[in-house]
Amino acid sequence: MTLSCRNISFPFNADRWLTRLTRLSACVSAAIVLLVITFLLLESWPAFRTIGVSRFITDESWHPLSDRFCLVPMITATALTSGGAVIFAAPLGVCSAVFSQFYAPPRIAAWHRRLVELLAGIPSVVFGLWGLVILVPLLAHLGGSGQSLLAATLVLALMIMPTVALTSSSALSSVPAELIRGGAALGMKRWSIVWQIAIPAARSGINTGVMLATARAVGETMAVLMLAGNVPEMPSAIVSPVRTLTANIALEMGYATAEHRSLLFVSGLMLMGVVSAGVLIAELVRGRRHV
Amino acid sequence: MRQLVYVVFTAMLLSVAAGCGTDRSTPDKVNAVNAAGLSGKLTVTGSSTIAPLAMELAKRFEQLHPGVRIDVQSGGSGKGISDARSGIADIGMASRALKDGESDLTAHQIAADGVCLIVHKSNPVIQLSDKQVIAIYTDQLNNWIDAGGTDLPIAVVHKAEGRATLEVFLSYLELENPAVKADVIVGDNQHGVKTVAGAEGAIGYVSIGTAEADALAGEPIKLLPVGGVAATTANVASGEFPMSRPLNFVTGRSPGALATAFIDFCQSEEVHDLIVSQYFVPVQR
Repeated sequence: MTLSCRNISFPFNADRWLTRLTRLSACVSAAIVLLVITFLLLESWPAFRTIGVSRFITDESWHPLSDRFCLVPMITATALTSGGAVIFAAPLGVCSAVFSQFYAPPRIAAWHRRLVELLAGIPSVVFGLWGLVILVPLLAHLGGSGQSLLAATLVLALMIMPTVALTSSSALSSVPAELIRGGAALGMKRWSIVWQIAIPAARSGINTGVMLATARAVGETMAVLMLAGNVPEMPSAIVSPVRTLTANIALEMGYATAEHRSLLFVSGLMLMGVVSAGVLIAELVRGRRHV
Repeated sequence: MRQLVYVVFTAMLLSVAAGCGTDRSTPDKVNAVNAAGLSGKLTVTGSSTIAPLAMELAKRFEQLHPGVRIDVQSGGSGKGISDARSGIADIGMASRALKDGESDLTAHQIAADGVCLIVHKSNPVIQLSDKQVIAIYTDQLNNWIDAGGTDLPIAVVHKAEGRATLEVFLSYLELENPAVKADVIVGDNQHGVKTVAGAEGAIGYVSIGTAEADALAGEPIKLLPVGGVAATTANVASGEFPMSRPLNFVTGRSPGALATAFIDFCQSEEVHDLIVSQYFVPVQR
């Protein structure tokens, strides 16, 4: 970085101040994550001390008031619902972005974008209510009560699709026009331009969008709570009810005291673990592709 | 710029200091009735079921008597009893009747909490025995045809651990929570009603106040009688309905004047709207 030297047109050393300011902001944003983790560790420490770590994996079920503390079904449920949602939402979102950037007439593209933005702005509790009243009774025909892994995954996919679509769309629109025109000049069809030039060039932006969407899916609570059935057992089918880590915290926190509360902070810690694992895997995959 | 920061900072410091000042100048537990009305501070602790209602009651009481501050803390009925006994709290909250060993305390009932079974409106079943309900909730009875209904699998709707309605339900049927095999676990009453309304084969249990209001508002649910007694708020208020419990304020033998005034206020008719809005049942005195 080149620091501008003192000059007469600007009364004080702007760069030095900017350095300090950005350094401070960077420290604050990093410190917040560390603070949250420290807080989670402190709050869940009583549970770890009295129960130990292994029982969260080896116990037969989750009945915290009856001394059973297995968290594995909930970790699985969180991974399955958010993984499934991303598998549904990512292709849909990217295709919608490609459509609005390359195929749609400008007026339709603008309206399409507005609609997707509107979809992104719908509160999750509205999605939950819609799912509970409309989608769940439909899915009940497949067996079970309808509140299931499938219901939660589908609605989560709907919720995170706009995130993928909007970030992909802006990544695609910032691909340099020369690249596109170059492709066209070489006689490439629109299909090849999209898949061989635009998407590879916008890949890091699209990846970021998918990461953000995954994080939203993992952290989503209200809609999942209303749709997943919340039975803390391993799902045996796609229509089985599941309970995610976030739903577990939201369901029991209001009524939990002392040790039970501490157990819920362990759930929170596990959630951080799932998110970190996701980020790590994404980094690894990206790293391998670059080599 | 820097000056502005100083001004804001000083203002914040001052307001914090002022806050501390008023806090300290309020004398603890004056419990005095002076000419201008009631003033002083009350501490109310105990049942997490009653706490939200107590907060609403306290808010209204504080509006009527600006000199009074009421501090409501939840922590379970056990804490309410022990705090009332030790004097840490002026009033303890207990969502159960007093036991034999607690005769040194006095219970003042402010409301009742009833839990009823609900099924989908299209379900032809009109009554279930306690044994049948236990069989349904422990996965021994899986089809409505075995309970006098049509050929439809039963979806068992249960509540999340720690909920008050779950405690009432389990203690009435003498069930242990791990023995229950649920198909859906819901959070609050509204979620339970929506779930049962959305699945024809579902059975669930919710607070009677909620169920009655929602059935009236057109939700497709049906309230089943328990132990032969119809599930109505009237039957809960009269104490006939078996799956219910009293919500009590607990005090020592001689509560202070302020505590007595607050309890009288909570038992009066002018707070019935608050009790109903929390889905509890007001009791007639």
